Amino acid sequence: MSTTNGIGGTPGRTPGDGPVKIDFSSDQEVRWCPGCGDYSILKQVQTLLEQNGKKKEEVVFISGIGCSSRFPYYMDTYGLHSIHGRAPALVSGLRSVRPDLSVWMITGDGDALSIGGNHIIHLLRRNVDVNVLLFNNEIYGLTKGQYSPTSPEGAVTRSTPMGSIDHPFNPLALVKGADATFIARSMDRDPKHMREILARADAHRGTSLIEIYQNCNVFNDGAFETFTEKASKPQHTIFVEHGRPLTFANGTRGIKLNGMTPVIVDTYAGGTSLEDLWIHDERDPYKASILVRLFDDPRIEGAMPRPFGVFYVNDRPTHEAKLTAQVAQAKERKGAGDLDALLKGEHTWTIA
Amino acid sequence: MTTTLKNKPVETRANVVILFAGDSGDGIQLTGSQFTDTNALFGNDVSTFPNFPAEIRAPQGTLAGVSGYQLHFGSVEIFTPGDQCDVLVVMNAAALKANLGKLKRGGSIIANTDGFDRKNLRLAGYAEDADPLTDGSLASFHLHCVDVTKLTRTALEGTTLGMKEKDRCKNMFVLGFINWMYSRENALTEGFLRKKFGKKPEVLDANMKALVAGYHYGDTSETFTTRFEVKPAPMPSGTYRSITGNQGTALGLLAGAQKAKLDLFYGSYPITPASDILHELSRHKNFGVITFQAEDEIAAISSAIGASYGGALGITASSGPGIALKTEAMGLAFMLEIPLVIVNVQRGGPSTGLPTRTEQADLWQAVFGRNGEAPIPVIAASTPIDCFEMAFEAVQLAVEHMTPVILLTDGYIANGSEPWRFPASRDLAEIKPPFIKEPNDGDIFLPYLRDERGVRPWALPGQPGLQHRIGGIEKQDRTGNISYDPANHEKMVRLRAEKVARIADRYKPIRLDSGPTEGELLIVGWGSTYGAIRTASLQLQQEGYSVAHVHIRHLFPFNKGLGPLLKKYRKVLIPEMNSGQLRQMLRAEFLVDAQGLNKIQGMPFTSEEIRASVLDLLSPTPKVSATTA
Repeated sequence: MSTTNGIGGTPGRTPGDGPVKIDFSSDQEVRWCPGCGDYSILKQVQTLLEQNGKKKEEVVFISGIGCSSRFPYYMDTYGLHSIHGRAPALVSGLRSVRPDLSVWMITGDGDALSIGGNHIIHLLRRNVDVNVLLFNNEIYGLTKGQYSPTSPEGAVTRSTPMGSIDHPFNPLALVKGADATFIARSMDRDPKHMREILARADAHRGTSLIEIYQNCNVFNDGAFETFTEKASKPQHTIFVEHGRPLTFANGTRGIKLNGMTPVIVDTYAGGTSLEDLWIHDERDPYKASILVRLFDDPRIEGAMPRPFGVFYVNDRPTHEAKLTAQVAQAKERKGAGDLDALLKGEHTWTIA
Repeated sequence: MTTTLKNKPVETRANVVILFAGDSGDGIQLTGSQFTDTNALFGNDVSTFPNFPAEIRAPQGTLAGVSGYQLHFGSVEIFTPGDQCDVLVVMNAAALKANLGKLKRGGSIIANTDGFDRKNLRLAGYAEDADPLTDGSLASFHLHCVDVTKLTRTALEGTTLGMKEKDRCKNMFVLGFINWMYSRENALTEGFLRKKFGKKPEVLDANMKALVAGYHYGDTSETFTTRFEVKPAPMPSGTYRSITGNQGTALGLLAGAQKAKLDLFYGSYPITPASDILHELSRHKNFGVITFQAEDEIAAISSAIGASYGGALGITASSGPGIALKTEAMGLAFMLEIPLVIVNVQRGGPSTGLPTRTEQADLWQAVFGRNGEAPIPVIAASTPIDCFEMAFEAVQLAVEHMTPVILLTDGYIANGSEPWRFPASRDLAEIKPPFIKEPNDGDIFLPYLRDERGVRPWALPGQPGLQHRIGGIEKQDRTGNISYDPANHEKMVRLRAEKVARIADRYKPIRLDSGPTEGELLIVGWGSTYGAIRTASLQLQQEGYSVAHVHIRHLFPFNKGLGPLLKKYRKVLIPEMNSGQLRQMLRAEFLVDAQGLNKIQGMPFTSEEIRASVLDLLSPTPKVSATTA
């Protein structure tokens, strides 16, 4: 792409110019409900792209359907608001032919895990290079308040007046089951953490999936307040970092692995020493499988704290890298395509 | 190898229809296609009809497991695989029972006697103690009994292969024999075998031996007193190859992408009878072709839309049930106004229907089957060669008019083959994508600012200054921003419809396939009924009837000359392999009292069925709205 000035748009930039303030907001009015957690995510994504000095024209946002899926309209980048659940498939096609672009996929718990459940797992196993932001608010917002595949059992919603009887998905366990190469969780109420995780996701080559706890203040207000409110956050959350022991409650408690079983222990004097705690290793697939399973209902006595951060990273080659290699190999073996030879085929005969 | 060839008389035939039939594991399709290629290479005109069960290995010896391959070849122009066959080659009793009705009175049966033992007769459903080979029930045919199994085994004595593997060479024995019978060389098949079994010398050797043994058997056996000869057809001079409809579709799509200078992205989910397009395209990665076997039909089309958004030519194909799943995404592509080709290789429906049989019952699905008003151009191929032409045109329309296009073919022409005087790439039209490189309204880029044809520009991601957002929500005229304005919605619905309607401006004038420019009766056909209608029309015209034939390639929007043409005949007959879908469309559009000839049996029309229907309509007291028995 040319590095001269873009016409009428963003000035072109050369890598190494250093951060320049670029406004990634589009001219469209943001139409989420006042107080929606989506605003915070939009802001952090725009900030990250600015910080990383991305060129607007090389960024594409693709979404499905739902409140979160309006996201592309608010970005001054290329954007495609597609149909319910199918964004992963559009992303796969786009990345197959345009590995040069920075592609972001915006989805929600209904879009990704219900109607699009079959697509998200295949996106992950193929490891298409895209940053997937899964806004989880445990409710259908745009359709005005039905339970979603992540709503807890018993959830009373407009479609479950007697409480939901469906067992919910544990999204990251599902994602791990599909062999995702980058698994993380963050929350709308912790912008700094979200920005760090977004940056990690963007740096990863392959499908980076971040589950973001996002409050729907209209239909499911306070769904994650145990994890986000100052009073309860320390006891109920654990922020994992590579190479660091799993501690929470301001360092007073930790998690230790008894074989395959995680247990909560005290870490202050007389308790378990830090080196005996579970040391987070984001490259360890077995530990990651246990980590995604820390999914207790926080209302239960003795519940495990809910982990946040980067759970797992794997450098498996991307789908498009393998695809490009096959095309290159085919060209090397057979030579660039010759249409006349192709039309002619292998057996011909001539009639005078 | 030298053998004394006895002098047997050779009779010349203008054209021959031969039907090979046996168990689906007998190698019938291979035998048929090899004999086809041999004849085509010799210079005959050919048309084929492979017909096989949906099961890969249906129960052996049963009627359900019979696989057939019908070939019509001649020294004259050939348009169909033939209504009835002259020669029926059957590997077992079930194959005879299933196909005897297709054999002409006085035709020849070549029967593998080993396939007529008690067990096979019972499985085929013959009465206890009945044996058609001996009980005289086939007296009105020429019956030739050959113990193919035994003769093949004898020919392969001394090879190290097991009995089962030896028996797998039976089809080569049969092919060698048929080659002898029709004065053809084994050379093409020998070359094929060398390529196929080059790495398995024992298997290669056995197949070669069986092939030669079959040939010599014809020569030495006392049973066969006559050979036949079918001279080359007076075909236009040039270089030919053989092509199936699915190959034609694949090559047409690829040629279109090349002439548009676009990479081809093919998103597809396996389905009969469309999968061969995927197989063919996946072999051509050196053309920059990307084939993506998606997780389902929805992902197949959605990935193709994503690829088109990125600047490639997105294509998807399926058959009826898969197309149904793609419907919502077709609406998205229509709303985005992005190039996309959707191929429907139709099969018998509804639901899973008849996967390996043919039908034309997805016309309404193609033309009307979307929510909201989402008109998409629909075009149809009429022959295997036409699959190439129409696939190329589908690319042309999609790219130059920024729209999804549906191409209808069907199982009959998809698997059938004919000789193709293939074009040179320089003779194919250049295709011009409406790419845009800079803002189109001062400093501003308006993604839905249309040209005089109503076509919007194609702005690829990566270009500075052209950032824009598009989606399935109703958009404001010109800007593409979300708009719920009532007047804007009506305007946009009309603008999109008008853009598609204007595609008819580029069609060539409508042309009769045969017959007088006005008269008694016009046969209107579309799709794979072409060969049968053409054959019947030419015959009727020779017989002095005032009958013309027009074949519709553009089913939506129609050719502007179609309406006036329909008015020039006293009667209009529309043969379709459905209950009358085109008929209803033409009646609605042109207020014409068209009559239907409708066959919904999963099998193509015979030309005789068409002819009989025309004669009935032309009689003083026609039975209105004829259907076949």
